[in-house]
Formats: sequence, C-alpha cells, structure tokens
Amino acid sequence: MSPRSSSLEGVGARLPRKEDDRLMRGRGQFVGDIKLPGMQDVAFVRSPLAHARIRGIAIPPEDRSRVFIAADLDGVKPIRAVSGLPGFKVSEQPVLATGKVRQVGELIAICVAPTRAEAEDIAARVTLDLEELPAVSDMIAARAPGAPLVHEHWGDNVFLETLVDIDMASAFDAPIKVSRTISTARQCMAPIEGRGVVVHLDHRADQIVFHTASQMPHIVRTGLAGCLGLDEGRIRIVSPDVGGGFGYKAILLAEEVCLGWLAQRCGHPVRWLEDRREHLTANANCREHHYQITLYAERDGTLRGVDCEATVDSGAYSAYPFSACLEAAQVASILPGPYDFPAYRCRTWSVATNKCPILPYRGVARTGVCFALELALDAVAAAAGLAPEEVRRKNLVRPAQMPFDNITNKHFDSGDYPQALERALTAINADGVRARQARGEEDGRRIGLGLSIYCEQAAHGTSVYSGWGIPMVPGFEQAGARLTPDGGLELRIGAHSHGQGLETTLAQVAHEILGVPVARTRLVHGDTAMTPYSTGSWGSRVMVMAGGAVATACTELAERARRIGAHLLQADLADVRFADGRVTGPSGDVSLAQIAHVWYRRPQDLPAGVDAGGLEVTAGYKPVRDSGTFSYAAHAVVLAVDPALGEVEILDYVIVEDGGTLVNPMVVDGQIYGGLAQGLGTALYEEMAFDAAGQPLASTLADYLLPGAAEVPAPRIDHMETPSPYTRFGVKGIGEGGAIAPPAAVANAINDALRPLGAEMLHSPVTPRRIVEAILAARAAPSRRDAA
Amino acid sequence: MKPAPFALERPRTTADALAFLAAGGRVMAGGQSLGPMLNLRLAAPGRVVDVSAADLRTAAREGETLVLGACVTHADIEDGRIAQAAGPVLAALLARVAGGIAYRAVRNRGTIGGSLCHADPAADWVNALSALDASVEIATPSGSRRLPLGDFLTGALATALGPDELLAAVRIPQPAATAGFGYVKHCRKVGEFAHAIGAALIDPARGAARLVMGALERPPLLIADARALFGGAVDADFAARFDPEPADAALQAAGIADPVSRHVHVEVLRRAVMQAAGLQAGRAAA
Ligand SMILES: Cc1cc2nc3c(=O)[nH]c(=O)nc-3n(C[C@H](O)[C@H](O)[C@H](O)COP(=O)(O)OP(=O)(O)OC[C@H]3O[C@@H](n4cnc5c(N)ncnc54)[C@H](O)[C@@H]3O)c2cc1C
Repeated sequence: MSPRSSSLEGVGARLPRKEDDRLMRGRGQFVGDIKLPGMQDVAFVRSPLAHARIRGIAIPPEDRSRVFIAADLDGVKPIRAVSGLPGFKVSEQPVLATGKVRQVGELIAICVAPTRAEAEDIAARVTLDLEELPAVSDMIAARAPGAPLVHEHWGDNVFLETLVDIDMASAFDAPIKVSRTISTARQCMAPIEGRGVVVHLDHRADQIVFHTASQMPHIVRTGLAGCLGLDEGRIRIVSPDVGGGFGYKAILLAEEVCLGWLAQRCGHPVRWLEDRREHLTANANCREHHYQITLYAERDGTLRGVDCEATVDSGAYSAYPFSACLEAAQVASILPGPYDFPAYRCRTWSVATNKCPILPYRGVARTGVCFALELALDAVAAAAGLAPEEVRRKNLVRPAQMPFDNITNKHFDSGDYPQALERALTAINADGVRARQARGEEDGRRIGLGLSIYCEQAAHGTSVYSGWGIPMVPGFEQAGARLTPDGGLELRIGAHSHGQGLETTLAQVAHEILGVPVARTRLVHGDTAMTPYSTGSWGSRVMVMAGGAVATACTELAERARRIGAHLLQADLADVRFADGRVTGPSGDVSLAQIAHVWYRRPQDLPAGVDAGGLEVTAGYKPVRDSGTFSYAAHAVVLAVDPALGEVEILDYVIVEDGGTLVNPMVVDGQIYGGLAQGLGTALYEEMAFDAAGQPLASTLADYLLPGAAEVPAPRIDHMETPSPYTRFGVKGIGEGGAIAPPAAVANAINDALRPLGAEMLHSPVTPRRIVEAILAARAAPSRRDAA
Repeated sequence: MKPAPFALERPRTTADALAFLAAGGRVMAGGQSLGPMLNLRLAAPGRVVDVSAADLRTAAREGETLVLGACVTHADIEDGRIAQAAGPVLAALLARVAGGIAYRAVRNRGTIGGSLCHADPAADWVNALSALDASVEIATPSGSRRLPLGDFLTGALATALGPDELLAAVRIPQPAATAGFGYVKHCRKVGEFAHAIGAALIDPARGAARLVMGALERPPLLIADARALFGGAVDADFAARFDPEPADAALQAAGIADPVSRHVHVEVLRRAVMQAAGLQAGRAAA
C-alpha cells in the first residue's frame, strides 16, 4: 500500500465528478444522439405469444426488400451461453425465431426504413400465422412432471439442478425450527436509457463498427464475432455515454447480432433504439426467486443450520455471457450471508419458462438471498421471543475470526460486522423507536423497525469464475497510462463507466501516485479500438480491478520518470525520489511536465540506456487473492404502515456500510443512494407479472411502478473503512450493495409493525393490496405458530 | 412506439373543429392520454384535430355556475387562473384536486375536458366533478346540448359523445356555503392514477350528502342521496355516524366481488367523509 498523498485530489477525496458537467448539462453522447449520414431505423416484428409454433410469416410483396426473417440470415449462428457446471442443459437462442417462439417479444423479423415510425408501419403489415402452444409461466409449475416443455429435447424444464449438503442432519434436533416460503417478484432493470445500437461499416479500417450501450464492450465483441462468423479484429465496439446499466447492458442481444448482419447486407448505417415497451415486455428481466427455507436454532437464537430449496425462474434462454445458472449457483453459495453456523443444505433449480431470460441485476442473487434469510431470521427471533438484533448478534461472523472461510468456502477478507449492526441500532435510535411503538400512533398507523445485514463478494476473479465455466472468465485487468508531452495524463481501461464516476475516481487513483491534477487526467474507455481487453463493468469489480491496474501502470510510469529525472538532476538514482508529481534530488527537483517535455520534444537530453518504453505503460493487475473483497452493510429502517389501506411511509433510513478504503466517499454515497432507490423498488413497487399464458402484464411505466423522487427518502449513511488486505489501497467493491438490503429491511419493518395483527409479508414487492389482504386474512383465521 | 401516420389539423375555433370532425377525425386536447395511445398504436385515426388552440380555454360565471372551457388545463386550475370566475371556495377545492393529478408536466398540458372525454374511471375530474354534480356542454354539428356528468359517462373509457361532437365546456355548480367537500385518492406513488377514490359533498344544513366511490372498472359509483350511510339522516355530527355497511352493499350491488377491493374503497370513502366534516383524514386502526 502506498502512502496517501497530502493533496486534496487523491484517494479518499470527496471530489465532485468531472463527468457531471457534461451529463448534467445534457451534453452527454448516448447511442440515441448518434446521427450518421444515410442511417436507417429498425423495428422488429416480435412474438405476441409466449409459446407457439410458427406456421407462416406473410410479408406484403412491396415490403419484401425491407423485411428480413431467419431464413435470410445466412451464416448467423444462435446465441449460446453454456455453463460448464455438470448437468447444465444448453439452450440455443436463435437470433430470429425459427420453428417456434418461446417468449413474448421474441424477435421474428427485422424491418428497416428511413424512420422508426415507417419501420413500425412495415412491422404492422407483416402478419404471423402462429399455432399457440401451452405455456409455462410459473417456475414451480414448470418443474412439475407433465408441464409443457420450453425446449422439448430436454425432457424437462430444468437448466440446472444443484445440491450442497454440509452436515444438515446435525441440526434437526434444534429446539427452534422455523419454515417459510419466501419469494421475490420478477423485475425489469429499467435504466433511464434503454438498449440501443447503431452499426456502420468502416471501409478504411475494414471493420463493422457498433455503437452500443454496453457495460462490457470487449465481451460483446467476442460474442458478436462468434454469432456473425467474423474475426474479432473486424469488429469494433464503441460504448459511448451509457445511461445506467445495472446488468441490463451486460448481455449480448439478438438485436445487436441482427443489426451487425443487416449493416453488411444494406451497406448503410442502421440503428435500433429500444423503446420502453420493448424493455418492459421483451428483453430480459431479473430477480425472480422462490425459497422454501427452514432455520434451526437454539432458544438463545444461535443458528444450528439453514435448509433451503431455491428456485430461480431463468426464462426461456441462457443469456450471454452470464448464462441461465449464475443466479441460482450464486444463491447456493451466498445464502449463508454474513453469518457463521455449522449445518447447511441448499438445493437449487434454474428453471426454464416462457418468459424473457433472467439476468444478474445490481446485487445479483444477493438481494433475493438477503430477503429470504433476513426475513427468516426475524421469524426465528419472533419464535424465540428475542429482539431481531439479538439473533444477529449471536450469529454474525466476529472480527476476531477474520479473514474467515464460511460454510460455503467464501473467504471474508476483513471487517467488523457486529459493529455495523450496533452502529445502525444506535443511529436509528432503536430504543426510542420501540418506546414510540409501544405508545401507539394517534392516526392509527403502526410503527415498525426493520434490520437487514449482508456481506457482498465483489471483484471476484479467475478462481471463482473458472469453476462456473461460462463464456467469460475474468483474468488480469489491464490499464494503460500515458503522459502527454505537456504533462497531462491519459488512462485507458477496458471496463466501462456508466454512472459510476470512474472518469473522476480513476483520475484520483492516478493522482495519488503521479500527482497529475484530476482536471488534467482523462479516461479513455468504452472503445475496443483504444482500450485493453476487459470483461467489463459488473460485479462491483472496477475500482478494485481497473483501479489496481491504473495504480500499477502509474507506479511503473513514476519509476520511469524517476530515472529520467535523476539524469536531468545529475543525481544518483538512489538519491532521487518521486513524490507529488516531481522528481526530487539532493540539489533540486524536476516536474513530471518537464520530464515529459524531454521525452517527447528533446530526446537528445535523455540519458543513455533510458527505458525505451517511455512514458506510456500498460500494466496488468490482480489482487493478492482473487476470491473477492467482502464489503458489507447494516440497514435499519423505521416506517409507518397504515393498516386500513396498506400504505407504507418510510420515516427514517440508516445505512452503515464498509467498503474498505473509499477512493471518493461522495461517489460511494451516490452509489448507495441509487442502490437504495432500486432496493426500495424491489421492496415496495416493482413487479413484472405474467398471466398463465405467459403474457407480461405491464407494458408501460403506468403499470410497472418505479420509485420516483417522492418515494425515496434521504438515508443517513455512516461509513466504516476496514481495508481489504488483498487489494491496492485496501479498496473493496461497493457498486451494488445499496440495492441488496432494502427489501429485507423494509419487509422486516413492515412485519414488525404488523406482528400484533398476525400478518406476515413474505413476498416482494410488499404492496398495499398484499398488506390489506394479509391483515384481513389474519383477522379471519388464527395465526400460525412456529415450533419453539 | 411511434404513431401510425395521421394528418394533423389545428382549428382556431369550435366551428372549424366541428367542420373537420364532420369529415372524420379524432380530437386531441392536451394529448396526455391520446399521445400515449397513438404511440402505442392503440388509436390510429387518419386525422387528428388538435383543439388546444381553439376558443376553449375560458372560465366564466353564469349565476351560481362556473363554466370552464374544455381546454382549461389542470395547471390553469391548480395555479388559480380560474379563481376569479370560480370564487374562492370552489377555486380552492378544484385547485386541490388539480394539484393531485399526475406530475406538473402532465398538468401543464392535460385538460379538464380531455380528462372527462377520456373517461378513465380512475381519473380525478371524472370522480371529483361527479360529486360536485357537474354537467357538460357538448358542441354538435347542429348546435349544442347539455348532459349531467352521470349521463355523459357511460362506461369505462366510454362517453355519450358522438364522433362528430366536441365537449365544449364543463358546468360546475357552486357548492352551498354550508357544505363540506372531501376528496381522497389512494395511490401507491405520487402522481399515479388512483387505485381508489372517495369524494364527498356533504351539506348538513340541508341534510344532503352526495358521495362517490371511484377508480372501479366502471363510471363513478355515485350515491346521490347518501342519508342511508349516516343512519338515515345527515346532520351536524354525520361524521361520527358514518356506516360502512351500505357503502359495501352498494359496491357489491355494482358487482365488486373482491372483498379486499371493497374494504379499500369503503375506507377511502370514509376518509373523504371525514375530510368533508373538516376532520383530519384519520387513518383507521385495523
Ligand atoms: C403520466 C401520466 C399520469 C397521469 N395521471 C393522472 C392522474 O393521476 N389523474 C388523472 O385524472 N389523470 C391522469 N393522467 C391523465 C391526464 O390527466 C390527461 O391529461 C387527461 O386524462 C386527458 O386530457 P388531455 O387534455 O391530455 O386529453 P387528450 O389526451 O388530448 O385526449 C383524451 C381523449 O379525449 C378526447 N378529447 C379530448 N378533448 C376533447 C374534447 N374537447 N371534445 C371531445 N373529445 C375530446 C380525445 O379524443 C381522446 O380520446 C395522467 C397522464 C399521464 C401521461
């Protein structure tokens, strides 16, 4: 670890984000802002049915030259995202449907015209002859024998089934046994900017250039090259400003493949911009988990074991590159959360249904497992007659145990989980809230206090991903650093910044080492032609990985500058040091700008034997251990429930989080705010429901509710900073964490408020309707009792 | 999500608008409901007649009746630009309803007439004006006609308007000085269409109560004579005597089979009644 510089721009500085100047003034450059001469727009004919055989596609003769179907797509291969886990069944996702459609919104034909409206006119004239087949839209029903089959040749609807059993039977004699069925709704990821792609041919470079809103340009290139049958070198991916990703832009789309083929076929630039209806009804969802969970505990709350059957609705196809099983595989490995207990069993199913593929969304499976485990822990507390924090105190991994290998062999690198809990309880004034609760509210509402705690593996690398055998395994991360002749700095990374503030924070990392002002440092990213290969931005990995790579490259650059500086100062190398952007020797100093000037403009002044690599370095980086950093947080929320109408108002929200060393605490706060908003969406609002025929029931934002400014409270955030022992500067990944804990904290608070009424909410989102339903049902029937 | 091709006309007068409609076309006022329908291709008229620039953005007083032109926007009402014609009491009450519609951007363009013609059961004017006993003035090729709002609203998203007719104005009677008004909207988030609406115009001095339950899959459920909900008579302490049973029975009679939905609608109505009595919209203990 290098020392923190004395400057106000290095690691740890609360620096406003450089990129906000253009983004907040509406000067960002998104895919939708790109206009190329001769560009035409694409609209797709999509399947109106969830499951059907295609008997015919009728195209009016006058439109035939502007409409393309599967049979036209010579040499284009389906999207295949295969997992190496034993027993995984492969789905082939045709780029345009062939034979059968397996989800509403599946692509059937490409329509191209000078404007999107005209392309939609053409699409409306294409008529489909579909033979509707019985659909499966419920994942539990899909597992049952005799269910309609999404992929007939599989014989069932299960992508993958897994089982871990660690001494489960040893817990069965525990005095407390609590079982719950808990589930999270299917969601859409709903970034403000949808997907979009503009493709043109660059004849000079002999390349097909894709401008596409992507979190992982290099991975998209690999996937596209495979589907299009092209050398990777013939494809250039540019991901310009991107308006939010959250996982939705970490998937290779059939639309991208189609446009790659179409641009070659038509010769002119082509564009497809996803509209909100396509986003909501056709392209990839997330979060839909179902848990049958049983906790075994001692009367004092000490956990004896956790037994779970978890099902994930993976949708019709395995999405590239993460595959249909990453979500459920993650459930099995991270369900134990931040707790230490001796027995564990988890069986998982990744199930195919007639719905769009499910993707890892901010927090991936952690939001679901946190919801399941934290709700079940509150049920244990209620059964044991203990406060919820008491059960957590008994079971959280303690700081003295760190680093700690948990029951599924996750290696927790550092931290003080119990302290996060205690700080959250103090900040939320748990005693005061409970006193108020006991007094009751004049307006008839009921107050609830809810807690939830998680730890989050981030920036996990080769050793973790190679085991899953999916199309993408992260290795060393590389970054380029180049001094310009006037002493400015250019950084290059292959990951992408789409809201994370990397243009600022990576400049801070470089500044920490080289002392170049953040304003004079620019980040080059989002272009395969100009950046080193990277698996991209996902898994809260970029500050750890690209940050480490930038630091490594800058450190090497500093050393090269020191050698030139020593020569210019006429001093021994051993007598000069590099600090704060200068090489200082016994008799004077020389600035980085002066050194750059000599290298580029006055090479005649360079020492003999100078490093021929000059002032440009590409360096690779991996943490000392690549099993991941573990950031963690305790969330505490106070809310009021109106029991007559089920309305919920959040009164106070506290987050105590530990992301290791924070490069820019203001940016971290921003990540937490955004994550919290999405977590509240999961908790209270967002749900993509389907009917029995597999029809999505929301097609506009009037039906798919997102939290807005009025629904998101200002949380109070408290940072702990326990460095990771394995990463440069001790940073940990924090990008996703804010979205993990809110659903559990909110549901626990609602359950705390409703417990005297005998109602318990175990499904997200917790809607007013569900609350009223539960209260009325509890009134009509006596409540269940847990064994205790 | 782009509309099918259509021709656009922008008449400056009601007469010109009617002339265009006679040849076939769809009226557009603020476009806040029609716009999305065009984009989703749920509506594909060959011609759109945009009346927002016609002579329909007016407010006048005729005796005890406020007459608002159909193109008066929600924002006009929210901001009090109709206050002079409406008088302080009615202006304040309408402003409160207007301010609860959608978001400011929608209110800047959306109109009171468009809202009634769209006839969404969950729309605010549809329900609030039913409680206020409003009527509408319709411009027809041969002149004009008037209908009570209850006759105008014929179903969910359906009205008595003919294809060649135009809603010209909304007529809202001044509530009696002794009357109280309550309006409660149950939403999951700010700016959302309601999941249940309760509206109440109660005048204990005259023993009259007009109650509305809305946001059902049908036009507002109006109880024009609501004495039965107050033990048979509306008097000074009507709030204390509110009886949910007849309201629930009215919902059942209207075919609302789901008890949870009935529970919510009755509760929202109860809160509107409390508001009309000048009481805090007290939330019920379960
Ligand atoms: C995001 C959003 C949220 C909303 N939330 C709410 C809400 O909470 N509460 C609420 O009440 N409304 C809500 N609305 C609807 C909004 O109030 C609309 O403005 C209103 O329903 C329609 O008014 P308009 O002037 O925009 O009509 P338009 O969209 O122009 O027209 C609607 C319909 O009425 C017809 N029409 C319009 N004017 C006339 C006329 N003078 N004569 C004959 N026919 C006519 C049109 O042909 C069309 O069929 C919301 C809208 C949006 C977009």
